[in-house]
Amino acid sequence: MDTLILGLPVAYYIAMVAKVLVAFVFVLLTVAYATYAERKIIGHMQVRLGPMRTGWHGLLQPIADGVKLFFKEEIVPTQASKFAFLIAPLVALIPAFISFAVIPFGAPVTIAGYTVPLQIAAFYDQAGQQVFDINVGVLYILAMASLGVYGVVLAGWASNSKYSLLGGLRSAAQMISYELAAGLAIIAVFMLSESLSLHKIVADQANGAWYVFKQPLAFVIFFICSLAEINRTPFDLPEAETELVSGFITEYSSMKYAMFFMAEYANMITVCAVTTTLFLGGWHGPAFLPGWFWFVAKVYFLIFCCMWIRATYPRYRYDQLMRLGWKVFLPLTLLNVVATGVWVMVFNK
Amino acid sequence: MESIFFLVVAAVAVISSILVVTCKNPINSALSLVMTFFCLATFYVMLDAPFMAATQVIVYAGAIMVLIIFVIMLLNVKAESGKRGSHAVFAGSVLGLFALFQTVWFLSKGSMTGATGTMDKAQIISVGHVELIGKALFTDFLLPFEITSVLLLAAIVGAVILAKKKI
Repeated sequence: MDTLILGLPVAYYIAMVAKVLVAFVFVLLTVAYATYAERKIIGHMQVRLGPMRTGWHGLLQPIADGVKLFFKEEIVPTQASKFAFLIAPLVALIPAFISFAVIPFGAPVTIAGYTVPLQIAAFYDQAGQQVFDINVGVLYILAMASLGVYGVVLAGWASNSKYSLLGGLRSAAQMISYELAAGLAIIAVFMLSESLSLHKIVADQANGAWYVFKQPLAFVIFFICSLAEINRTPFDLPEAETELVSGFITEYSSMKYAMFFMAEYANMITVCAVTTTLFLGGWHGPAFLPGWFWFVAKVYFLIFCCMWIRATYPRYRYDQLMRLGWKVFLPLTLLNVVATGVWVMVFNK
Repeated sequence: MESIFFLVVAAVAVISSILVVTCKNPINSALSLVMTFFCLATFYVMLDAPFMAATQVIVYAGAIMVLIIFVIMLLNVKAESGKRGSHAVFAGSVLGLFALFQTVWFLSKGSMTGATGTMDKAQIISVGHVELIGKALFTDFLLPFEITSVLLLAAIVGAVILAKKKI
């Protein structure tokens, strides 16, 4: 009865495109208004008003900022390495967005007889019984996070400026160090869920307790390491403006600058979404509100925490940062993995 | 559809690997190599080996190439001067042509044995790719796995001892 394209019904393709569009537009809007929220929240925490002039309480500020950046003059330094300079913002931005492909953001919905899982890279079989998603979802996210380093490194190198190069190098060292600890922290989660598929990890948390209660240490370490990996305060050394002007984005202007800015916020949203999925039960919550609402609420809460941390803590020094990553977090995560292993062996089998 | 996709990715892989050796700027060469690794990862996905694809990106594109770019940046390797036609290029092209000839020869003269391994697509999908690799790694190949870990540990310790004057 259905027209099939390559063995799958047309509705499958429509659902796929719709999911991509909805998720992408939603993330873009969140990126735009996260900049506004950050200025407003930090403003109120520091007893000032934040943006007030554009629109009611400054609500149109992100649009005004966007228009301003769009019409600014594009400057490419004469001694810059053109190709690398041009692709660096893209390389920073794209991994931040495509990580969303594997994150489940809501309960499955049924439209016109088809069950559609609210996760972009997933689909139900024809009978609507079994979900197929990428069974290495978490590794995919780690892989994309490791690609984000290139944008920063290339920007730093291609700008042909000392501030940029130092910012880029610092950032690369920082991201590599903390990637390791973040990766090891979530190994404890895999050991409990016995799967790398994000769909299964969420389902497993719905049946038992959230992993934040079973793995509090892993949750704290993963969240802090993620903050370091995406260069948020208190780990914003790559663009430490008091010593490095703006770090790797010193030479950038106009939309290319805006793309780095968007990448930073998109990364923050991705990290919060991943933390929600791995530790806070994903889209599960009390049933009187739909799953996607709980997912968005948890992600927004974590984003608020990121901003809260930014308003509270001063920046780390470089040697302190490296010591924290290698001498504190790495041994702690290894210890956590061993302890989880013993726990699983003693109590589950 | 799948073969069209394969051809597109294969074309990108071949072009970017040619760029690795022809680019004058070492950073651009390194970036082309990253692109090649990415295409290889895509092939692993098409072969129902998502775990291999993820590790390919994490290990090669995410770790090793970042280190190589780091070294290039720190040593500040300048673009190569236009020296052409050295003995190395000649020797390399002779070897390459020989390898190409050998491959074509074996492909055209040899015959397929038709032997298959114990894994098939249905098994990979039902049990899971990660589970199969993990099981094999920690049962049948435990000794090679442990030896590799000890080797890596020795390499790390060696690097620290070489790099530090005083420990």
